Amino acid sequence: MSEGLYNTRSNDFDQTLDLTGIKPYGDTMNDGKTQLSFTLPVPAGDEAIEAARQLLRKMGFNNPQVVYYKELKEGFTFFNCYGSYTGSIDYTQIRVPKVSSTKWDIPQTDEFIKERIGRKIVVVGASTGSDAHTVGIDAIMNMKGFAGRYGLERYSMFEAVNMGSQVLNEDLIAKGIEMNADALLVSQTVTQKDVHIKNMIELVEMLEAEGLREKVILCAGGPRISHELAKELGYDAGFGMNTYADDVASFIAQEMERRINKTPT
Amino acid sequence: MQKSKLGIDFNKVQHARDVAGKIAADVQRFADNYTTVAVERTLCRLVGIDDVDDAGVPFPNVLADDLKNKNVLEHGTLFFLGNAIIGTGQTPQQIAERVASGSLDITAFPFRPKEEIARALQPFVDASIRQISERRKKREHYLETIGEGRRPYLYVIVATGNIYEDVVQAEAAARQGADIIAVIRTTGQSLLDYVPYGATTEGFGGTYATQENFRIMRSALDKVGEEIGRYIRLCNYCSGLCMPEIAAMGALEGLDVMLNDALYGILFRDINMQRTMVDQFMSRVINGFAGVIINTGEDNYLTTADAVEEAHTVLASDLINEQLALLAGLPEEQMGLGHAFEMDPDLENGFLLELAQAQLIREIFPKAPLKYMPPTKFMTGNIFKGHLQDALFNTVGVWTSQGIQLLGMPTEAIHTPFMSDRYLSIENARYIFNNMRNIGDEVEFKEGGIIQGRAKEVLDKTIALLEELQEEGLFRALEKGIFGNIKRAKTGGKGLAGVSVKGEHYYNPFINLMNPEHKTRNTKHEKL
Repeated sequence: MSEGLYNTRSNDFDQTLDLTGIKPYGDTMNDGKTQLSFTLPVPAGDEAIEAARQLLRKMGFNNPQVVYYKELKEGFTFFNCYGSYTGSIDYTQIRVPKVSSTKWDIPQTDEFIKERIGRKIVVVGASTGSDAHTVGIDAIMNMKGFAGRYGLERYSMFEAVNMGSQVLNEDLIAKGIEMNADALLVSQTVTQKDVHIKNMIELVEMLEAEGLREKVILCAGGPRISHELAKELGYDAGFGMNTYADDVASFIAQEMERRINKTPT
Repeated sequence: MQKSKLGIDFNKVQHARDVAGKIAADVQRFADNYTTVAVERTLCRLVGIDDVDDAGVPFPNVLADDLKNKNVLEHGTLFFLGNAIIGTGQTPQQIAERVASGSLDITAFPFRPKEEIARALQPFVDASIRQISERRKKREHYLETIGEGRRPYLYVIVATGNIYEDVVQAEAAARQGADIIAVIRTTGQSLLDYVPYGATTEGFGGTYATQENFRIMRSALDKVGEEIGRYIRLCNYCSGLCMPEIAAMGALEGLDVMLNDALYGILFRDINMQRTMVDQFMSRVINGFAGVIINTGEDNYLTTADAVEEAHTVLASDLINEQLALLAGLPEEQMGLGHAFEMDPDLENGFLLELAQAQLIREIFPKAPLKYMPPTKFMTGNIFKGHLQDALFNTVGVWTSQGIQLLGMPTEAIHTPFMSDRYLSIENARYIFNNMRNIGDEVEFKEGGIIQGRAKEVLDKTIALLEELQEEGLFRALEKGIFGNIKRAKTGGKGLAGVSVKGEHYYNPFINLMNPEHKTRNTKHEKL
């Protein structure tokens, strides 16, 4: 179980950083050290430990170590493990689609809207479908914001309407029409069984059916939402973890200006 | 006079309670005059109507909707059932089935006097009262024989969507030390105006609350409890548009704990406030009688509002929830009043403020099995820091003798708990509770220090808020967004169409049977 725990062998791998073949880093370049924890549906014991080690080998780990295990209930054993990953990734070839806007603070965004758009931008947001979580949409829209980042209500050049949670897609669209919204924000927190994907696609289809899709800036957000996923589903932008109201506000202001003044992306 | 570690003035606490009592009495005067489709469906269930028709509509809904469509809901289902029982000699279940198939008009029978109606219903009323009492006795017997865990009770959730998978998770949690298993409901169930039927294996973020699912889980927990020698409580959600119906189902099936808040549905599910006030009363009468501990949802205010600035709204709401619960005959020992550990972890001395608030609520509600909620808003996906945040939360929980500790999961904000997440958080709580068991008896707080100062400040702000609420009335206050910064209109939200003034024939014997102190009125001195 403690194989290699106090290993004094010199490391016999190349320790220079090569961005075309990166590996996890423990305390030495290219050591590949990774921590994992998982549960196997077997009783605790030597066979369970061996099963965990073999599983790690299959995943591509050398020197697999089970450092802790515990039977959670009869027939289920939890493991904490370490191993050295054998594969690598070419970092220089990575391309990730990103929201192409510059992040500004509140006065900058407000000033930009005043000068280049000349009126308030109307934004309607909701946590849609059966999703009852309001934390995400509140963080983006409410005055208070989140983690010191004030929400859209704090901006003088945004008119923000937060419809809250469990809002039907048709109600969001109806509110958007009523308010003459420039942008719609959709928050999705529950992602079990991909319920968020179905719901997000439904909204796009309904907007298209109403001939409204091109008339609004459509954004999605949530802890499991990425810009790439949102684009794929037909949204203009997606805001995932660690994005805040200022990211959303900057994007909407710049995207709207681009549309009005027809500047290329 | 009770001694305060916080140096608070208990005369002030009494004043706060008196004001909250007036606010609650005002709401109760309103609620007494109304019934709702949910209350009527509850009464159907309490006289033995269950199951669904060919289209999958529960028979209680068939009856309540039939009366609503005929504009006679005001007289209540029991009045018409009583007449129909006398007219047909059939049981409520048989009558409901005939209404569903269209072969019987339940409103077509001659109206009988109240005494005859009462007599006709008596055997069915007695049967459910007996079943609920037996359920309660069975729990009490378990507590006397196999016993229970020490407080704070360890409360964990299961949320697989599949009741049979939930059973596996719940058994594992019980064996690891959990005292209460809450089966999270599928997202959106609170807005269904009916209760689904039968065992269910599909749900999103949780499992449907159905009477059969209650039965399956209760029997699994009885089995594991007998094996490990500790009674395991079962919790579900008595909230949303079926609040009192779920209370009845839970009472019949031996649930022990129910989320049951007077304000939560209004604020967080946009359910109409008039509907909610009428429904919460009936649901609490049932929960009180069944010996069910209710949990209130004040912790949720702090997920939308700031935990430091808005702490007094939590305490004010706890006091109102307490007074409303007392009016429903629910004793203090069954009041799991809610609060939470939700301050920004970057706040300097945040722990001291959390400790002050938790101690304050403990001292104000000395008999209540307080429900203490873990950090959620500032859980980030950094499971390692999250585990530490939960450790601080557990420290406050044992220090201030909370009743029910809702265990935080390191993976909060990532996914519904894995079996291993639950193990890690139970281990965390057991370690801290054991290692710090009597810290609350040993440590006193510095006079005039941060902790005492914070407690006094929160209490003073609570009193000011309650006085304002009394002036305005609760309905107006909700319209102004006092709680959780959320504004709700008195005639807005979902479910208002299901509210009716009680009519002259209205009959509901359960309130007096379950809560003999209460004086029901059937007058209609207030219009909707």
